[in-house]
Amino acid sequence: MISFTINQALATTDAPPETPLLWVIREGLNLTGTKYGCGAGLCGACMVHIDGRRAFSCQTQVGEVSGRSVTTIEGLSNDSSHRVQKAWLAERVPQCGYCQSGQIMSAADLLNKNPRPSRDEIIEHMSAHICRCGTYPRIVRAIERAAKEG
Amino acid sequence: MNQIFTPPSSAVTRRQFMVGVGGMTFAIATANGNFADAAVVGADMSGKALSPWVSIAADGTISIMSPATEMGQGSMTSLPLVIAEELDADWNKVRVIPAPPIEKLYGNAGFGGMMYTAGSNAVSSYFNPLRKFGAQVRRVLLENVAAKWAVPVTELTTEPSVVVHVKSGRRMSYGEIAAFAEVPAAGPEVKAEELKKVGDFRLLGKDVMRIELPAKVNGSAKYSIDVRLPGMVYGAVIRSPVEGGTPTHVDDAKAKTIRGVIDVIALPYGVGVLAETAWAAFAAKEVLEQGITWNRTGTAWGFDSEKGLASYEADVRNPDSPATDWFKQGDAAAELAKAATVVEAEYRCDYAYHAQMEPLNALASISPAGDSAEIWCGTQSQTMAVDAVAKALGIPREKVKLNYTLMGGGFGRRGHRDEEFIVDAVLMAKEAKRPVKVMWTREDDVRNGRFRPITAHLVRAGLDASGKLTSWYQRVAGDRVTSFQDPVRYNASGKKDFILMLGVELRSYDIANQYCGQLHRDSGVRTSSLRGIGFTANKFVAEAFLDEVAVKRGIDPLQLRFELLRNTPRGQKVVERVVQMSAWGRKREGRGFGFAFVDYSNTLLAGVAEVSVDRSSGIIKVHNFWCAMDCGIPLQPDNVVAQTESSIIYGLGMALTERISISDGTVEQSNFHDYQVMRMRDLPALHIDVLATDNQPTGAGQMATPLVAPAISNAVAQLTGRRLRHTPMTPDRVKAALA
Repeated sequence: MISFTINQALATTDAPPETPLLWVIREGLNLTGTKYGCGAGLCGACMVHIDGRRAFSCQTQVGEVSGRSVTTIEGLSNDSSHRVQKAWLAERVPQCGYCQSGQIMSAADLLNKNPRPSRDEIIEHMSAHICRCGTYPRIVRAIERAAKEG
Repeated sequence: MNQIFTPPSSAVTRRQFMVGVGGMTFAIATANGNFADAAVVGADMSGKALSPWVSIAADGTISIMSPATEMGQGSMTSLPLVIAEELDADWNKVRVIPAPPIEKLYGNAGFGGMMYTAGSNAVSSYFNPLRKFGAQVRRVLLENVAAKWAVPVTELTTEPSVVVHVKSGRRMSYGEIAAFAEVPAAGPEVKAEELKKVGDFRLLGKDVMRIELPAKVNGSAKYSIDVRLPGMVYGAVIRSPVEGGTPTHVDDAKAKTIRGVIDVIALPYGVGVLAETAWAAFAAKEVLEQGITWNRTGTAWGFDSEKGLASYEADVRNPDSPATDWFKQGDAAAELAKAATVVEAEYRCDYAYHAQMEPLNALASISPAGDSAEIWCGTQSQTMAVDAVAKALGIPREKVKLNYTLMGGGFGRRGHRDEEFIVDAVLMAKEAKRPVKVMWTREDDVRNGRFRPITAHLVRAGLDASGKLTSWYQRVAGDRVTSFQDPVRYNASGKKDFILMLGVELRSYDIANQYCGQLHRDSGVRTSSLRGIGFTANKFVAEAFLDEVAVKRGIDPLQLRFELLRNTPRGQKVVERVVQMSAWGRKREGRGFGFAFVDYSNTLLAGVAEVSVDRSSGIIKVHNFWCAMDCGIPLQPDNVVAQTESSIIYGLGMALTERISISDGTVEQSNFHDYQVMRMRDLPALHIDVLATDNQPTGAGQMATPLVAPAISNAVAQLTGRRLRHTPMTPDRVKAALA
């Protein structure tokens, strides 16, 4: 049995320790906001926070998070009130929306460690992600807005 | 805030009135305090052609059906918005409900009545009927109030969801009216001039919040990959690397030892793994892949895309290699023979992959007797999904209950007649005798991909002594698409490969003599419509080659376009606008500027790319991209801009990096490390202007994609004097061209 904290609640799983955290989150805990996109750490759809820093949940074995704290999009806020979520709606970022949970988790991580990122810093940080709908220009604007509006 | 409701399973008490209106029917239903539920009606009346578009509950809730599927393009908002506008509905009281698969009511006239969301035609197909339809519902409400108050209907007006009698100051809400309303047997006549004036729109053109957007920032938006059923298990599928192949030997011993694996199942086209968890299914699939031997049935074995494309190019050049006429206007060959100057070139395009972010998946639950099915999936066509499931099980389509969800991208991949990823789940669930969710891995999604086809193009332009372009002659050799993707539409069209060929006709340009012949090739490779379809390749050729003609004449490429657009004022306007936006004609050290014009299903666009080229690496950097477009009345203007940003970025990938290659019939790429799509760091600054016009609304979901490659090729040519004629314009190709 592996225990860890997810969105401030205790989770336990009997999944083999090498199971990617992504699948435990999605199929075991039924938190489906975190998405599967590539399974290889190339697209960022699976991005979560582990102990407050972003991490590819598809590249993290569940055994590695034993005793640690995981936050998913469902735990970022309980009412879409996180400044990044508000900025995302204000800039009308999502199109198909599939990658956006991961993008939002990365953006929140960026602003946690760098409250006033430059445009280049935003681009560097967010280029870990793929949005096939090409919402990138709006993501930049939303992060700038979130940084400004705090 | 609007919400999306999925059809509830139990009926509510209602009173319901039906009016047949030009093939459409609506009901005003009253419910016992609940939202009067069009979906309930739809679910109840499945197959009876009695399902409504609109219902109004006593509490004022207005339920409007959404006939188009949602993959990020916004149709789920913009179509109901059209009804709401003419109905004068309070948008805050509107609920949008996915329409059940009843083609007679909800079919897309642009696709012969199928329920099919593709070609960016949802708005253009549904705009006029839905507008009239909303106006008719409003009229029925007015007439009911007129009768009740005994006043002439002409004295009544509406405000959002309220009927007003100005003279007496009386008001009645739509909900109150629904409680007593009677609907006439025939729909009231509404004349075109009685529709709202464009300037009076309250909702259209005002950028309401897309209904599903709030759910897309908190993880609650549901895609089919997120659906979970009691007792459900997981499936993974291995198909032959080549369409048509089947396994001759399967060694499943090792796969079956993996914890959680339930069974390994033979499928008509491959092998399926059934497991208790998704991860076990994927792990077993990976092991199993090593233990399968495939027979060599199928056309594509032995096919190599580089050699294949070289042979296509040899064929377009060889006059003895026959072509079928695709498009003819005047006599291009005769005029070419008389031309004072002939310009000629060959162009090529590679295979490309959709790369929608949600790998294909579906869930199926089959009745124990195998005589009915319930499906959860993301599809571009409700019609095709239901048909494919019915066909796979040999059951009537009425026995298929379809639940369609939001899609994590479509781009043409989810609109194939066979809907093979849904059939995967159906066959696995039938075998498992439990609900099964089949998910493709990204690697599956690439290797089982169905691609934008390879094409080789020969193009000749004939100019008279004055330099006027009098003839335009093309031959295109390309992998067949439509016959593979959709044999039904292919046959119905008289065996026209429109997905491959559309875009070769230069309709906006004044070129009297045009010819395009198609050399139909069937390599056996899986092919597909892909955002921009034939326009992406064909406009690349036309617009880049026009610049070659301009160079030959020694004139500015814009001068040539203005000459050719002499009879197309709408085209001139978008070109003038982009000239202004990009300050066309200015010089900037180390930069090249390239132009392109596209007419695509009556949406007109002009674009300019500003590039630099790193000569040592061969990398093209796009610094700015300007685009002006006329898509008629923009229903959701900011969304048109968003879709255009999206189309341009998609086009950048097609133009610069995205390439699928085939060796021995097998796809060589597997994931995003070797199939490189645009990331944030790759982007130019985008400048988009949607012209405000009163033209009929036309598509906006993909029209800018074909602008990008020719604009870049033209910019590189302006900067370096070298012409890139092969997409994607990868660094090795750039270096070769500059050498």
